[in-house]
Parts: sequence; C-alpha cells; structure tokens
Amino acid sequence: MAETKTAVGVPVSSPWSGGGSPFAINSKKFGMWLFIISDTLTFSVLLLAYSYSRLANPNWPRPFEIYPAIAKSTSMTLILLASSLTMVLGVAAAHRNDRAKTVRWLLLTALGGVAFTVLHLTEWVNLFHEGYTPWSTPQGVPLFGATFFGITGLHMTHVSIGVIYLIIMSIGYGRGKFTSDDVEVSGLYWHFVDLVWMFVFPMIYLMSVSLKG
Amino acid sequence: MSAHESGSEVHAVGSTKLFVMVWIWLAVITFIEVFLAYERLQPSLMLTLLVVLSLVKSALIVSYFMHLKYEKIGLTLLLIPAAIFCICMIIIFFMPDGARLLQMRLTQ
Repeated sequence: MAETKTAVGVPVSSPWSGGGSPFAINSKKFGMWLFIISDTLTFSVLLLAYSYSRLANPNWPRPFEIYPAIAKSTSMTLILLASSLTMVLGVAAAHRNDRAKTVRWLLLTALGGVAFTVLHLTEWVNLFHEGYTPWSTPQGVPLFGATFFGITGLHMTHVSIGVIYLIIMSIGYGRGKFTSDDVEVSGLYWHFVDLVWMFVFPMIYLMSVSLKG
Repeated sequence: MSAHESGSEVHAVGSTKLFVMVWIWLAVITFIEVFLAYERLQPSLMLTLLVVLSLVKSALIVSYFMHLKYEKIGLTLLLIPAAIFCICMIIIFFMPDGARLLQMRLTQ
C-alpha cells in the first residue's frame, strides 16, 4: 500500500494494524465482521430448528393477539430500526469528528435498546401470566416455549450487551479514548442485533398470530 | 438535534437522506409482513414469504447501515458466501432426517 492513509483513515504503521491489504479495513472492524458471521450461524441454527418445529406441528400455539403482543412487537421492531438509524447518524458524526453529537446519537441509540428490552420483558411477563414458560404451554407444546424464550432470550442478551457496549463507547469516545473507527465497529454490532430481530420478529411473532373469528 | 442534519450533506458512507430512505423502506416492509401475517396462508408458504422479505430487509441493513456496499468487494466475497455455505451445510445435514421423521409421523 503506497498511501499513508486508507479509506477508513487508519494510518498503516505495521502489517498487524490492518487498514491496507487485503480489505482496507482496520483489524477491529474485520474481527467484528468475523464475529458477526459466526453469530449469524448461531441464530441461523436456532431459527432453522424453530422453523422445523413450527412446520412439523399442526397444533402450534398461536398466542399473539393484535393487542398487546403484535402491536407491541411491531413497535419494538420500529424502535430497533430507529435505533439503527440513530446509530448510522452517530457513526457519520464520528467520521466528521463531531464528538458532542456522536455521544448524543450513541446515547439515543442505547436508549432505544433499553426501550426495546423493557417492552420485550413486559411481553414476556404477559406470556408467563398466560401460562407460557420455557418448558410448557397451556396447549401442551413445550417446544413453543423452548424456542420462543430461547431465541428471543438470546436476542435480548445481545441487545443488553449492545446497550452496555454503546454506553461504554459513548463515554470513551466523549473522553477521546476511542476513535471514530471504534464507534463504527460498535455500529456494526448494533446493526447486526437489529438484523437478527428482522428475522426473529416475522418468524416467531408473525407465524403465531392469533386468528380468531 | 436533527436541525443540522441537512440532506445535502454527503459523506463517504452515505447521506442522512439515504439513511432515512432506507429506514422508511425497512418500516414499509415490516408493515407488509404484519399485514401478511393475517392472511390465512399455508404455514410453509407464509414462512417462505416472511423469510424472503426478511432477507430483503437484511440486505438493506447490511449494504447501507453496515455499509458493506462501500467496502472493497473482496470483503463481501469473503463474508457472504461463507455464511451462505455454512447455512447450506446445516440444512444438508439437518433436512434429510427432518423430512424422514415428518414422513413417519404422517404415515402413522
């Protein structure tokens, strides 16, 4: 690489710092991409196993009423999408070296994550009250409970970790400890969490909407 | 907060206007999915349609929000085929027995 700076603005000081050959991205970002691919496989396996159970059981429970479950999960989807939007705006602000604005966007993104988790937990509590647990359902289809709580629980863990990650990032970036590239890497993680929900929401919620009347 | 985010501001990774457009599309596809959920379709057909729409959404997220579209093409060629290959391997190992068990259940 003849140039001293790459497209992402990383000075090429040693072969280990990345930013040059072969992908012109820094090593942290490449590491995050590899993590994302491996995490994709984790969720793919769970969703494939779920899809099989869903299609193999004609009497699969359909507990999700329009209100509250579907209304709530649709707004959760929109909140998560909106938090992805604030995240890209945060990354764009970080690349303009606008520290104050970046911190604000990052905290707003984290707030979206918190709102998502709180709504999701109230949704879980609702289901507990209706008799759905990770090991049983009123209809006697324990696989529903296992897959629903397993997959949404793993996703919720990712959201919670993301919120912590973003808060640490906003504090660190505000103090000048992290660079705009680090903000971008945290953005990749956050968008991935959003992406996973784009599969979990239709495959789990929308496949089990209550169809009465 | 958004007063300064004018649409004319074009950065190497895309403009605010583009991100908002992508967001609107993602929201529209979400509403299509919710609408579809109340059509009484065969579960397998429904699942296929929902997964296809979700794949469109994830393609939008990956290309614009994670701006893979603006990275070197080599990164895309490394990551996406690897993921697709592994998922295909999972299906190849999982489906034959899955289909057989289903058949056994139906003939009982």
